[in-house]
Amino acid sequence: MKFTVSWLKDHLEAEAPLEAILEKLNSLGLVVDKVENKAEPLAPFTICEVVEAEKHPNADRLKVCRVNTGHDVIQVVCGAPNAHKGMKAVLARPGVVIPSTQQVLKVGKVRDVESFGMMCSAQELLLGDVSEGIIEVDPTAPLGESYAKWAGLDEILIDIDITPNRGDCLGVYGIARDLAATGIGTLKPLKQSAIKGTFSCPVALMVDPDACPYFTGRVIRGVKNGPSPEWLQKKLQAIGLKSISALVDVTNYFAYDRARPLHVFDADKLTGGLTVRLSRPGETFVALDGKAYTLSEDMTVIEDDSGVISLAGVMGGQSTGCDDSTHTVFLESAFFDPIRTAITGRNLGIISDSRFRFERGVDPESTLPGLEAATQMILDLCGGEASDVVSAGSSPEGAQPIIFHPSRCESLGGMQVAPVRVVEILKALGFQVKGQGEKFEVLPPSWRFDIEHEADLVEEVLRVEGYDKIASLSYGVRPEGKPLLPLQERRFIVRDKLAGRGLIETVTWSFMAKKEAEFFGKVPESLVLMNPISQDLEVMRPSLLPNLLKAVLFNQNRGIDSIGLFEVGPQYSAATSDGQYMMATGVRAGTFPIFPGNWCEKKRPVDIYDVKADVCAIILGGTWEPIAPSWYHPGRSATLKLGPQVLGYFGELHPRILKAFDVKGPVVSFEVFLDRLPLPKKKTTTKPKLILSPYQAVERDFAFVVDQDVPANTLLIAVTKADPTLVVGVTLFDVFEMGDGKKSLGIRASLQSKDRTLTDEEIQAVSQKIISSVTQATGGVLR
Amino acid sequence: MNMSDLKHKTLEEIEKIASLQDWEELRVAVLGKKGSLTLLMKELGTKSPEERRLMGAELNVVKEAVTEALDLRKHQLEEADLDARLARETLDVSLPPRPFFKGKIHPLSSVMDQAIHIFGQMGFKVAEGPDIEEDFYNFTALNFPPEHPARQEHDTFYLPPGADQQPLVLRTHTSPVQIRTMLQEKPPIRIIAPGRTYRSDYDATHTPMFHQIEGLVVDTHTHMGHLKGCLEEFCRLFFEDPALKLRFRPGYFPFTEPSAEVDIWWKDSSWLEILGCGMVHPNVLRNCDIDPDVYQGFAFGMGIERIAMLKYGIEDLRLFFDSDIRWLNYYGFDPEARE
Repeated sequence: MKFTVSWLKDHLEAEAPLEAILEKLNSLGLVVDKVENKAEPLAPFTICEVVEAEKHPNADRLKVCRVNTGHDVIQVVCGAPNAHKGMKAVLARPGVVIPSTQQVLKVGKVRDVESFGMMCSAQELLLGDVSEGIIEVDPTAPLGESYAKWAGLDEILIDIDITPNRGDCLGVYGIARDLAATGIGTLKPLKQSAIKGTFSCPVALMVDPDACPYFTGRVIRGVKNGPSPEWLQKKLQAIGLKSISALVDVTNYFAYDRARPLHVFDADKLTGGLTVRLSRPGETFVALDGKAYTLSEDMTVIEDDSGVISLAGVMGGQSTGCDDSTHTVFLESAFFDPIRTAITGRNLGIISDSRFRFERGVDPESTLPGLEAATQMILDLCGGEASDVVSAGSSPEGAQPIIFHPSRCESLGGMQVAPVRVVEILKALGFQVKGQGEKFEVLPPSWRFDIEHEADLVEEVLRVEGYDKIASLSYGVRPEGKPLLPLQERRFIVRDKLAGRGLIETVTWSFMAKKEAEFFGKVPESLVLMNPISQDLEVMRPSLLPNLLKAVLFNQNRGIDSIGLFEVGPQYSAATSDGQYMMATGVRAGTFPIFPGNWCEKKRPVDIYDVKADVCAIILGGTWEPIAPSWYHPGRSATLKLGPQVLGYFGELHPRILKAFDVKGPVVSFEVFLDRLPLPKKKTTTKPKLILSPYQAVERDFAFVVDQDVPANTLLIAVTKADPTLVVGVTLFDVFEMGDGKKSLGIRASLQSKDRTLTDEEIQAVSQKIISSVTQATGGVLR
Repeated sequence: MNMSDLKHKTLEEIEKIASLQDWEELRVAVLGKKGSLTLLMKELGTKSPEERRLMGAELNVVKEAVTEALDLRKHQLEEADLDARLARETLDVSLPPRPFFKGKIHPLSSVMDQAIHIFGQMGFKVAEGPDIEEDFYNFTALNFPPEHPARQEHDTFYLPPGADQQPLVLRTHTSPVQIRTMLQEKPPIRIIAPGRTYRSDYDATHTPMFHQIEGLVVDTHTHMGHLKGCLEEFCRLFFEDPALKLRFRPGYFPFTEPSAEVDIWWKDSSWLEILGCGMVHPNVLRNCDIDPDVYQGFAFGMGIERIAMLKYGIEDLRLFFDSDIRWLNYYGFDPEARE
């Protein structure tokens, strides 16, 4: 909501400096977004007169002008088609910054003729869009004076954000009322007019109360429309509104002055009476913006015998709009329902000052006073005579009185305010207050739709007093314990563990392109957004891998060939709360280690054992099965299970996936379902007592030749099982592919007794047991 | 040669020894089986008891002095030898170390962690809700009137309605967790709810996904003074500035009344809006079966990206989600061991 300080002072008697007003606006909750003075950058632009305008000797479209600046006469080359002898214009002298280009104007030669200045267009001064010629200044304007000052642009413009509950502050008067309540100034009373009609209204009115609760209007005949007077034009232009004609400007004035939208129909273009009713689906209507709209049902429309002529509260129609030839008008002032107006405007995509106000709530009690005040202004500006008022319905019932304990200001708002002060504030804001002491009965004013509870009244008092007067209190009692449940804290622990393994955490969108998602399982229709921001962000992700693969590509394209990334975040299988899984998913691509090369350690391609280690860093335990979802290489991937529950996967990504995402391989990845992992043991749980054997352990190495497809783990288990008491450890130190479908596995077994030193015979016996256990389990033989 | 000469001569020779090898040769020449001193000792047997006693004592003194000198010299030689070896054995310490793992934690995770920690010390516990949320929790229960402009301001993403025809949305704020918590727990309540949120807006200052942290306190006595104190404490700890100035001014949220916007005085130059808050609206309490005549409390919500950008001077919001390793390495945090 934009307004000028001078407009504010139409309603507020105040001596306070600008800074104080701005501070009060902010503390009232009317947030100052911007303060500007358009005249400042325009100060050096002065009014000049063209005393001669000759054709440029070397260019047909240019003119060489002799220009009187008020002090001297200078030569200016001008290309504007409207430049002519005798006109007054806006002059820029060398050294001045042109607002539209931010360039400093210099003395220049235009086709060999020197130019000592420039006459400006509205567009160059950022005062309008028209660049088709220079500004033609009124002939009475004083030579040599600042144009901005003369044109009334020397105004401080304030732009404030109005929250959706404060429709009453979409008019300058409402803002002044809020300010006056703080004591910064005095609210000036509005002039009340009641114009007696000199004839009865010739336009018959039929109003469906469902479509419009309260509608008033009257005819004014014998008006002379045309440009509005300078003061009104300047007022509207100062806040960025285009002056259109006196009649239209009057309606805009009241929208911005009183938050009271009005509409004027050219009554001579009406055929028959007016009917206000709900629309029927399929009806069409051409609005003032020149566009045709097809209506759905339940929109409020105004029709005459020709059909729909206005979309009530949103936009008037083209066929009955006012122009300079208008002699008779029908002036409308009504109360339209906020919700209906909001739906209509949203469904048709029409944004207007009227809609903006009606959907936030227009004071129903301003309906008739608004009509009268606007009638008066039309009579003043355009002449003519007014008919009687026709009306239908009445103001909808206002709010109910609220029982208000002023002590709530302290018990809820944290601010002690004397009851007399509370009454004073509420009355200044237009509330009616009955009672005294501990308990009031408070009736909200008709323009406030947002006051229903004591809490609302507390806010009113607090914001006028200023929130800065609320004293801070610190909590003395603070419940103990960790803020995170173990399940929640695990995500942070896992992040630290994975980052500790050299992976870099990233955060990516929860949605992605359907095409990419579907490499990782079918996406149900329930997870496709109805209004995605783009096709690339269309479905809720079934996996984090597509985003991570795109991240790999992004970084590969930037020349990074050693990549390790992970994300801890949700993936979705259904649009229900239990269809969202917390994942820890990671990828490693290119070479390992993830360093830009190191003199003492060679790079090697990443492989699945890197990501298996990542998974083991998160969770040790469970069983591995050599199967995995379709996006993995079928022979180089596995699933980690605990009982029937899948805890995660790891493996090399399927070449088909790499190709689809255009990433360079090898790429290995892991996915862990974080919420499925068993909860960590309590730290207080006692462990079984550790018994360290005082007797030396003996180590024995074996090499077994087994078939290629024998899992190494089967062999390791067989070694341990050979003699669970004496075999205290086994490591796999070598894997050697022998060809012919055979491989050799080198293991080292640690043999130890808790109560004696093992004899050679005992060691020999255990070794034999190991060999036969392995042979039995794997068919392997000692090499 | 008399004893004294022998002693002096030998001690002089010991002084002159230049290497451990020379040392060994001299030791053998003096104290070895056929060493000069050893031979003199052997001769003692041929002497009379009186001579033996006198000579023996003298010989012992000589032997002791020689042995001591030899030991000292040996030690000196060994030291010199070691010094010489160490002088040869140098490594280039400027070479880079062996590779060690050096990953990074995303700044959003770190900021979330910091915020949880600070609120945790004030007694807040973390509560959660789903990203895909029912319209009821996201709007209706939070006192957003249907068709109200406040609802339109949220730029909501919609999913096809669920089985019960309830409209489904991607939550536009973390506030639905307030409702879920109040429907499940009885006051006193003191929770925070960090998480992903979504709005259909994408430009230099908006991303379609972002993060918020919500706070909710419900009890019988908490008022706006506590709200102010709580947020002041948070901001001062989070921004590590015990004198940080905050400004509370009236705002509007359908689910709080009175409502406030909070600004911080930033870098001695301007007020920056960082969060919205207020006292829980009586309608919201009622929607959660909590009696607003008995219970009251406050709620707040702030953008994690917003406070992260301010604290760490990150200028472009969109880069949080770009997965650019160079950016992540620069703005990311080293992992820490957690308790």
